[in-house]
This record gives sequence, structure tokens and C-alpha cells, in this order.
Amino acid sequence: MEPRIPTRMGDGSLVEMTRSEIQADLEAGTQLAAKKAKVPELVQDELDHLLDIYASAARFTAVDIGDEVVLSNDGTGTKHIGNRVQDLQSYEALLGVDMVELWQIDYSYKAIKTNVAHEGQTMKIAQNLLTNPVQYGAMPDLGRYSKPDGPIPNWSELLPMGKIDEARRAQEEACEMLVEDIDFVADAMVAAGADGIDFDTTGAAGDADFLAGLTACRKLREKYPWLGIEIGMAAEFVLGMHGQLEFDGERLAGMWPKDQLRMAQQAGASIYGPAVNINTGRSTAWNIARAITFIKPAMEIAEIPVHVNVGMGVGAVPTCVYPPADATSRASKAFVEILKIDGY
Amino acid sequence: MEGAHAQASGMGGMRTAGDLVARMQMTRRMRLREAKQYVADKLGCTPRDLSDPTAMEQIRLEKGLGTLAATSSTHPDEPGMMEAKFNISKTLDIPINCVERFKARARL
Repeated sequence: MEPRIPTRMGDGSLVEMTRSEIQADLEAGTQLAAKKAKVPELVQDELDHLLDIYASAARFTAVDIGDEVVLSNDGTGTKHIGNRVQDLQSYEALLGVDMVELWQIDYSYKAIKTNVAHEGQTMKIAQNLLTNPVQYGAMPDLGRYSKPDGPIPNWSELLPMGKIDEARRAQEEACEMLVEDIDFVADAMVAAGADGIDFDTTGAAGDADFLAGLTACRKLREKYPWLGIEIGMAAEFVLGMHGQLEFDGERLAGMWPKDQLRMAQQAGASIYGPAVNINTGRSTAWNIARAITFIKPAMEIAEIPVHVNVGMGVGAVPTCVYPPADATSRASKAFVEILKIDGY
Repeated sequence: MEGAHAQASGMGGMRTAGDLVARMQMTRRMRLREAKQYVADKLGCTPRDLSDPTAMEQIRLEKGLGTLAATSSTHPDEPGMMEAKFNISKTLDIPINCVERFKARARL
């Protein structure tokens, strides 16, 4: 009888599977991703390598010495250790992350605009107390501009009523407001000494959200050639909430990681962060094969660093508050060794 | 979770040269291999040394790139955070925003 190996589901629960069952999940994960995104399946060597990583009872795994990558650590800190700067210091000193990110709990550029001077002051203090690069991060969060939170008619209400043109106009107007707000906050953070700006979960509200991130990125790149600009995505696929928006003549709706990366490069981003959401009802083996299949075509054309999102519900790290180190370290090793990523 | 990533495949931040490689990715948009080689060339070491805390402690002390104060290992007469960033900027030949603003505001 084939021995059973402890492994994880996408919700973090510990289960036991045989090596054959894990292998079958790896194959099913890559096949599904390949079919959805119309990209090649992983080759046999890659599946064998993933099987070696995932069909193991080891509590922890790691890359070889010398193969380490940059940990950019979006959303640094716990928000509950001392003040926010002390939180960053603890991650620099105790965890050894390579970059830290200052952020506020209402993680949205629109929300930050109202207290940007205080955020800038905190950035200035952080710069005086840390050696690591310190970036400022938030979500573009386009939905905040629609009623009742914002001034723009709510496209999620207009669309079911069949008011397609009105819904599109609303998103275009919101997009312009968002670009202005990101630009306003970024200028203040640069004046306070920030090393970089992070657009986290870009595209969460669809193609207009992605367009705002790309447009703001290009605007900032023209002003600050040296500035770190990270475009981290919300999901593997850009939803076409508008459906007709373009950047540099290319339709954004429906873009998978390879095309997302091309747009980020063209906009002038320093770092692109693909995100592949997890299926909590499938094993982490199934999820890692699916995630790597989606992202692999992007890695093959990347001219800028790619930092894969690998935490709490993305990148084959389970959706739970305390992701188990066995699952986290397996995802870490798999992305580095199969995809040769630049960081995460 | 960050701890697991840091141990599984992270460069090590200021314990090593992770912060320096990160700066090349941010400022010059360099991919990992190029960024590591660039930093190694500037420091006169190999790319593998960049994630070795033993090798990097000596290099950081020699070049004034800042070290972490940890229990019995303190360096009060060595560069602190902002001072280290002046040296990092010069060593890597890149602008560091807060260093440039410090110079301007201090009328240096």
C-alpha cells in the first residue's frame, strides 16, 4: 500500500495524500491553468521537481545556498508591535526582509490623501531609523470612487440595469480621479524621502483599476527616473468591468500575467508582482502547479524584476491567518527553482 | 509567514546584502542576476557572498554600509542608518532619495 504523506489544502488544513495523488493534483492544476489562459502546460521535468518538493513529510524546505531572492514584503509588519516605524524596524532586524513598506490600515490611496502630511512625517521618521529601502504602499482601489463611498455613479449598479455606456463613463471618470490621487500621495511620499511606491492589488476593480495604476506609474516614472515603482496585481486575470479600455493601444480586459507584465514594463514599473489566487478546496500541490503555469510565460519575457505574490491566499500559500511554514516554504522554493523569480 | 519566506529563500536584508540588491532592482530595474552581479562587483566579492551573513558583516563594516545592532554585537562608532545610506549611495553609484534630501536640507 502506498504510504500517505502529510500535506496541505488551500485553506491550510493538514491532510494526508499518497505520492500518486499529489502527482495527479499537480497534473490537474497545470492542465486547468493551461486551458484557461491558453498557455503551455508545465513540462515533465518541472512537474517532477514540484513532486519532489511537495511529496515530502519535511516540516520545512528551502532553496540552495546562493539561490536566495529579494523579499520586498508588501504590507510589512503586524500593525501591533509598538508604533508603525518600530514595526518596520523589527522586520528589518529580526526577519531580515530586504525592503519594507510603510502603510496605513485603510490601505487605499483615496483614504491616504486626507492625511497625507501625517503619513509623510512617518515616512521621514522611518527613513531616519532604517537602512533598508522603505517604500510606501496602498491599493489603487477604484471602487472607493463610486457611490456611496465616492462621488461617481456606481457602475456595479448601472451594469445590471443595462446602462452599459453610463457604467463605462463612470469608470473612466473614477480612473482619472484615482490617477490624480495616486500622483498626489506619491509626490508627498517622495518629498518625505520614500525609496519607492507600491500599487498593491492593482486591477482589483477590473480593467479601469489596472489602467489607473499603469497611467499613474508612467506619470511618476517621467518625474522620478530613480523611483522604485511596484505594480502588484490583485488576481491572475484582469476583469473587464469596462471592457474597452486600452493602454498603449492594447485592450486591458482579459489580460493574463504575461500581458500584465508587458504593460507594467511599458508603463515604467520597477517591479511587477503577479498574483494567482488560491482555491481553498484543492491541495497546495494543485494550486502551485496552476500558479506556476499562469506565471511562467511572463518570466520568459521579463525585462524587469518579477516579485510573485506569495502570502495568505495567493501563490499557493494557504488562505488562513497563520499560514503553515511547511506550505509557505514549499511555495517559496517552487517559485524560485522552477520560475527563477527575482523576489516575492 | 514572512519569517518562513525569509528563511526558505530570502537574501537576509541588512544581515547580508539583501537591501543593496533590492535597491538595484528598485532604482535601475535590474533583474536579480544582474543586480547581484552589479552589487558583488561594487563590493569586490562574489554573488554568493551577498547572502552570506558572515562574509557580509565584514564587508559592511569595511565599507561603512551599516550593520544591525544585535545583543552583544554593537558598533556605536560605526555608521548609523542615514550615515550608512550616504555610503551605500556612493558605493553603488545610485541616488538615494532621503540622502539627497538630507544634503539639500542640511545645506551640505
